[in-house]
Amino acid sequence: MKDALGAPQSLLLLGGTSAIGLATARRLIARRTRTVWLAGRPSPELAAAAGSLRGLGAEVRVVPFDALDTDAHPERLGRVFAEGEVDLVLLAFGVPGDQARDESDPPAAVRVAQTNYTGAVSAALVCAGALQAQGHGSLVVLSSVAGERGRRADFIYGSSKAGLDVFAQGLGDALHGTGVHVMVVRPGAVRPAGAAGRPEAPLTTTPEAVAGAIELGLRRRSETVWVPGPLRLVASALRHVPRPLHRRLPVPRP
Amino acid sequence: MAVEPLLLDDDFASLTGAGRTAPSLALLVRPRSAAEAAGALLGRGPRGAIARGRGLAGGDAGQNAGGTVLGLTALDRITGLDRAAGTVVCEAGTELGALARTLLPLGLWPCAGAGRWTAGGAVASGYGQGVEELELLGADGGSRRLRRGDPLFDATVGGLGLTGVVLSVALALRPVETAFLRERTARFPDADALLAHWTGGAPPEPYARARIELTGRGRAVLTTAAPVPYAGLPRGHRARRAPLALPALPGLPLLPRAGGLRPLPGLVRARVPAPFPAYGSGGFVRYRCAVPEGREEALRGLLALLAGRRSPGRAARHARVERVGAGGAGPLAFPVRGWCLGFDAPAGTPGLGRFLDVLDERVAAAGGRVCLAEDGRLRPALLPVMYPRLDAFRELRASVDPRSVFRSDLSRRLGL
Repeated sequence: MKDALGAPQSLLLLGGTSAIGLATARRLIARRTRTVWLAGRPSPELAAAAGSLRGLGAEVRVVPFDALDTDAHPERLGRVFAEGEVDLVLLAFGVPGDQARDESDPPAAVRVAQTNYTGAVSAALVCAGALQAQGHGSLVVLSSVAGERGRRADFIYGSSKAGLDVFAQGLGDALHGTGVHVMVVRPGAVRPAGAAGRPEAPLTTTPEAVAGAIELGLRRRSETVWVPGPLRLVASALRHVPRPLHRRLPVPRP
Repeated sequence: MAVEPLLLDDDFASLTGAGRTAPSLALLVRPRSAAEAAGALLGRGPRGAIARGRGLAGGDAGQNAGGTVLGLTALDRITGLDRAAGTVVCEAGTELGALARTLLPLGLWPCAGAGRWTAGGAVASGYGQGVEELELLGADGGSRRLRRGDPLFDATVGGLGLTGVVLSVALALRPVETAFLRERTARFPDADALLAHWTGGAPPEPYARARIELTGRGRAVLTTAAPVPYAGLPRGHRARRAPLALPALPGLPLLPRAGGLRPLPGLVRARVPAPFPAYGSGGFVRYRCAVPEGREEALRGLLALLAGRRSPGRAARHARVERVGAGGAGPLAFPVRGWCLGFDAPAGTPGLGRFLDVLDERVAAAGGRVCLAEDGRLRPALLPVMYPRLDAFRELRASVDPRSVFRSDLSRRLGL
């Protein structure tokens, strides 16, 4: 059960090797989280992530999960919910793709869209149904500022996140009043861990900052979270920039 | 599994405690008789059932996510009065304030007090003193009468509704001659002066409560009150003609508080709606803990921590301190002979969670405990430290309810 301050006791992380997901898991384990299900494709990275979370004192179970294999989602995820209460589902999987290459390789572009959108839709619907039966819990969906308005630099990834974002907003409204809380998190460009020394680009963020924003959003039961916060105003302004001008704007790079 | 429009069905309700944090959805059944309550209990789903009164517990004690919640406020009949023995029998959903207002013209007053909570809620949260006998609906749908001294009775008082559904309660009464208390207030420059006065041989009074500022200068006000006998009413006081009359207007005492007289608690307040708490939209977290007698330095430490310069506790603005005369009998009973400290802090206060965890550690180290009926956030690992007889409670619960029919969000969160 989540406590009065929104700290969950158990976490299902879909995308068990996601940097933001693992940063959030570490942060929540420092509060109340004792059980973590790491769902992802079996890999040495997933095992290492499980080991690092175990080192923090959590009970970690690894669940084989492939976003593209949507037929297996009900069975795989249903088994997790049968094992115990899940207070928080963090939908953190996604692939950025390679825009330049994917434009000339349609099957690769479709894979990006399927992972980020259809896979996420399937997993989110399965989890939403189980959370609803449970009567409580939060579903946190990692969207992206790239989904806010189409950009030349990353429109394949951006369009998949735009679809997921709208889906999650509607799901949140569908589940309003059922005790289940859906939160959409829209981070700006996320700096990788190795970029610590380089000068910071404006309005970029780190996995730790996103994790902090998720924890705060859970406490406040927010529906939309922007990381960093001022990005909300910037995105709102960009939405109204005339198209010829928007086309020429630089894209912040991590 | 699919997203179903559950809300189209009115019986499902999103429930919270008084703190309005951590809502969860449950099937809310409102039985109008003991038989209906038993029927609803037998028709429960796989996620169990829990009884709920007026939802005044601060945390999640009256919630059962995905399960059944028995809202007992329709069971509010007073079924028997024995004036010779000084007991009244009422159903569990009877509001104690309404019971007191009914009995006042007879010159009787429930020893359990006259709050806005129900008789069953007072039993389950362990607040009610003077509970003589109760009728408990068990997991099998059968009800049984329990008297004081029975192990199940002791476990039920303060048992958070996890031993069964309290259907009716026999409460002890005491005679009153007037509807008034004589109130005295004493002001102190700080909490230390208050505790020095309180521990320095001040005569005990039936009602004593202190309010300590956590911001500003940290002043403390001690309010003590004692029932006024008829002969104690001032000459010419209007109440001399009708000493047991209810106050005429809601929100107004009978007369200005001339002479330090005020109506018995529960007579006036119960008639007006609860004041809207100024904690913002995020709700509040109620913290209530007990510190045993002789550990006043721990209490001082807690108060100093609360009023510290950068403490999140300052968001609560003031703390309440009471003296508790006797400990509780049951394994989960909250009262400890000594001190009780409480405050309500807005749930949105930055750093509140970690701060309250520090308070928990201090309370546990002093041999005290946190009130589970008001709790919404205790770390489960501290529970056996604060309640050393927890295993006895679990054993008893396993024997009367082996399939854990009675479950609440609180019992899930703390692994009770």
